[in-house]
Amino acid sequence: MKYDIIVVGGGHAGCEAALASSRLNNKTLLITGNINNIADCPCNPSIGGSAKGIVVREIDALGGEMGINADKSLLQIKKLNTRKGPAVWSLRSQIDKVDYTQNMIETIKKQTNLDIKETFAEHLIIENNTVKGIITKEKEEIKAKAVILTTGTYLNSNILIGSTKKQEGPHGEKTELHLSKNLKELGFTIQRLKTGTPPRIKRDTIDFSKTKVEKGSDVPLQFSFYEKSPFDISKQEDCYLIYTTPKTHKIINENLEKSAMYGGYVEGIGPRYCPSIEDKLVKFKDKERHQLFLEPESKHYDDIYIQGFSSSMPIEVQDKMVHSLPGLENCEILKYAYAIEYDAIDPTQLKRSLETKIIENLFTAGQINGTSGYEEAACQGLIAAINANQKIKNKEPLILRRDEAYIGVLIDDLVTKGTNEPYRLLTSRAEYRLLLRDDNADLRLTEYGRKVGLVKDKQYKIFKKKKEQIEKLLKELNQTITPTKQINEVLKESNIKPIQDKISLHDLLKKPDVSVDKLNNFIKESYSKEVAEEVEIIIKYEGYIKKQIEDAEKQKEYENIKLNEEIDYAKIPNLALEAREKLNKIKPTSIGQAMRISGVNPSDISVLTIYLRSKNE
Amino acid sequence: MNDTIAAISTTLGIGAISIIRVSGKEAIEKVNNITNIDLTKRKSHTINYAYIKDNNEIIDEVLISIMKAPKTFTTEDTVEINCHGGIATTEKVLELLLNQDIRLAEPGEFTKRAFLNGRIDLTESEAVNDLINTKTDKARKIVINNLKGTTSNKIRDLREKLVKIITNIEVNIDYPEYQDIEEMTIDKIKQEIEIIEQDLENIIKNSENSKIITNGINVAIIGRPNVGKSSILNKLIEEDKAIVTNIPGTTRDIVEASLNLNGITLNLIDTAGIRETEDIVEQIGVKKSKEALEKADLVLLILNNNEELTNEDKELLEISKNKTRIIVINKADLDKKLEIKEENIIYTNTIEEKGIAPLLNKINEIYKLEQIETNDFYYVSTIEQLNKIKQTRNNIKDIKKGLKENISIDMLEIDLREIWQTLGEVIGETYTEELLDNLFKNFCVGK
Repeated sequence: MKYDIIVVGGGHAGCEAALASSRLNNKTLLITGNINNIADCPCNPSIGGSAKGIVVREIDALGGEMGINADKSLLQIKKLNTRKGPAVWSLRSQIDKVDYTQNMIETIKKQTNLDIKETFAEHLIIENNTVKGIITKEKEEIKAKAVILTTGTYLNSNILIGSTKKQEGPHGEKTELHLSKNLKELGFTIQRLKTGTPPRIKRDTIDFSKTKVEKGSDVPLQFSFYEKSPFDISKQEDCYLIYTTPKTHKIINENLEKSAMYGGYVEGIGPRYCPSIEDKLVKFKDKERHQLFLEPESKHYDDIYIQGFSSSMPIEVQDKMVHSLPGLENCEILKYAYAIEYDAIDPTQLKRSLETKIIENLFTAGQINGTSGYEEAACQGLIAAINANQKIKNKEPLILRRDEAYIGVLIDDLVTKGTNEPYRLLTSRAEYRLLLRDDNADLRLTEYGRKVGLVKDKQYKIFKKKKEQIEKLLKELNQTITPTKQINEVLKESNIKPIQDKISLHDLLKKPDVSVDKLNNFIKESYSKEVAEEVEIIIKYEGYIKKQIEDAEKQKEYENIKLNEEIDYAKIPNLALEAREKLNKIKPTSIGQAMRISGVNPSDISVLTIYLRSKNE
Repeated sequence: MNDTIAAISTTLGIGAISIIRVSGKEAIEKVNNITNIDLTKRKSHTINYAYIKDNNEIIDEVLISIMKAPKTFTTEDTVEINCHGGIATTEKVLELLLNQDIRLAEPGEFTKRAFLNGRIDLTESEAVNDLINTKTDKARKIVINNLKGTTSNKIRDLREKLVKIITNIEVNIDYPEYQDIEEMTIDKIKQEIEIIEQDLENIIKNSENSKIITNGINVAIIGRPNVGKSSILNKLIEEDKAIVTNIPGTTRDIVEASLNLNGITLNLIDTAGIRETEDIVEQIGVKKSKEALEKADLVLLILNNNEELTNEDKELLEISKNKTRIIVINKADLDKKLEIKEENIIYTNTIEEKGIAPLLNKINEIYKLEQIETNDFYYVSTIEQLNKIKQTRNNIKDIKKGLKENISIDMLEIDLREIWQTLGEVIGETYTEELLDNLFKNFCVGK
């Protein structure tokens, strides 16, 4: 068999990669250990969240699937941080895990150019440092021009509950033991990472009267910019808030050494933002209680996910812990919490295209690159597939800058700084947060998606129209109004304070109490809510946005000074020793990227620019 | 890369002309903002008479050279302002420029640009490289070393305060569902920002008020050969509990070394070759002394107790009579052959261990430095640092404006973060993961 692109792994990265690859007219094979577990959500029943929700919008703008699939599978949706500025608004949804998987499987099965095979990839076929295909568990050779590895937590994984350690993946699935060894032999640095998931309990054994209800949005919301969400907002499921009790804390403290983490049974490094409940107690001794959310996993079964209660305690301790929680005194535990450790590569061995530096045409995405989270994985899968496609068609890779997308921030962080814990996106990682908004993801990225060929006509038309409308409305707002009696009467009708001087509608809109809606009497055309909101943000935050654009422009000049991969930094005189080592390891593609490497100082950057200049002569 | 930069490019001496050089895309336009004439309408390579103005206040009467790209040193648009009003005025003009969003040039940056833009021959590349590399590295280290411990602690405290607010805002954004995490509110920021502003203004005021503190005391040691200048110098160096180094900043070009005596910076000027053999130092004669005098705040005139006043001594006494001066009569242990009637005379004996103490006491007395030392007093010691701290005024202004307009908290955070970053540059702490480390250290979040 021969394919253009093989995608190894059917998780969130793998699904995006397989769909994008095949939609770009590549004969694509998706290899998965279990077809029924495609797009599985082994941890929280949620897509989106702060920063992550914006990533989902970015995936959608580029022509990816996650947003549409989440919209089809909603249980609840809300917009976070609405009391704060638009830069940090973000969608968070509860999704139905069963629906999510089913909807994705359906999309993948319908996709032309895409085959699915249920097996494991054990070896890569390498010729002249270029990947040529894979060898399956059954020793079948399958050739391809490019391979994308999206193995998730399945590389050499162990499941840990207390002192018991089992060599398996989530849901007791088989783990892949050979591939990690193969990668090590090829020269990849393998690191051990760890994550965990909380217990699941049975819905109708919970006393919800002891909990606080958390509702979703009361207005319709959706991730996709162009596919209408089929979700009926009135049919949202609730989440519930509870707190740990002194009894819970006592149980945990008395049993600490029995946990896999504190008993010393785990080698992997866990993420700081995803601490187990044991971690929380140890690190925040003075905190009297910790907040937990009860989240429904699906309408099709009874599991309730206890967000905030990850643990690696033995099951008998978990029993006591769970039953010490309010409302959960008599609940039935369906699945126990576990920690999972797995192999990942050092992401500094990747190019910004997500192609590996060591093996040509080999791409990696998702947890294998040291990230955590469905959204982080999906966006990498999408970019890996786009760039595998570009590569085999001899085209330039798509590299998103830090001022263009959270995806750009994520990939740049990974390949420039590496990570020693599973990496999660946070808004504070983005220095141009005000440019990377939820509302403008389409304006930022649709053209890129169109250019690489993923954005189809329907999406592109909707985008074009929105853009035109925005420009039109901005133009309309350029008109000035004079403080006549008549004008001030009209303003009064809209609850706007009378004006004293001539003022443009644009400037009037900057005032806190003025909205596009209120200026309707002066505006000829009618505009969609989306367009009005976009224009309001552009105008109201003009000063701040301008400042960030200027900063980004300055940085862009550095990004545009390219550094050749061939440069041997050890041979550049005057570079500090640490800078030489780091630069040779990371091989930055631009001065801008070099500046972000820790240990590379401004004086080293000076030396580099001077070196480049003398080279160019 | 070609943002607009400025720096004082001449040696700073009282009464002398100082030149501020401005280079970059917007050089002409931005200098134009602070002059009374329209520079944009003047021809290239002309010298123009003008006033520098801060709003309506005239700061200095100057000559402005306009040189348009590419025929300039850096090959960029360049403006040179010849200031006439001495150090304080020149620094004020520079400050006005920096308020126009012009960046203070790094040491060697004009040369670097000249090189990058092809103005300097490439055969010089190594030399330029060395120059810039050592200059920037040294400057950075020294700037940080020169900062008084209490001041950097104060700045560190301020940064910590800021980091607490910032990470609190961040954690509210990234983990909005955590209802038991304290919500950073506009009101709290209002209170905090008042305190932060007060602290920053104190540092600025203290630093500005005391030129001694800002720039140190420029000291010229003069005297005829073999009178004992180098022994005095060596004694002073021995007293220096810190290090002897070149100092950066506006005075870097004229100062040979700076001594730190109990926290007082003495900038020794024009004592070329102090680290070489005694002979060379001793050979510095009247001519060299005259040059040094011009730039000195304090003159140490060394005379020999064991010899009668020579003509050369008399000449030195004459030329330094209008300066703040200490007459140091050395070799007090030997027979007194010197007859002199002047003020501020002290006797030293560099052979004895404490023989230099009278000189130190005198310097202290003249500048009342002990008082400064014991006060709860924060200041920064270079104009680079001072200007950086002044930059934060713009951020404070924006925050206050934002507070008034009810702007959302994540927007205010942009400026808070900039202040935090700028202060980090002042004390040389620019670790980028610091915020995240703090977030996870201080807040218990995560599924």
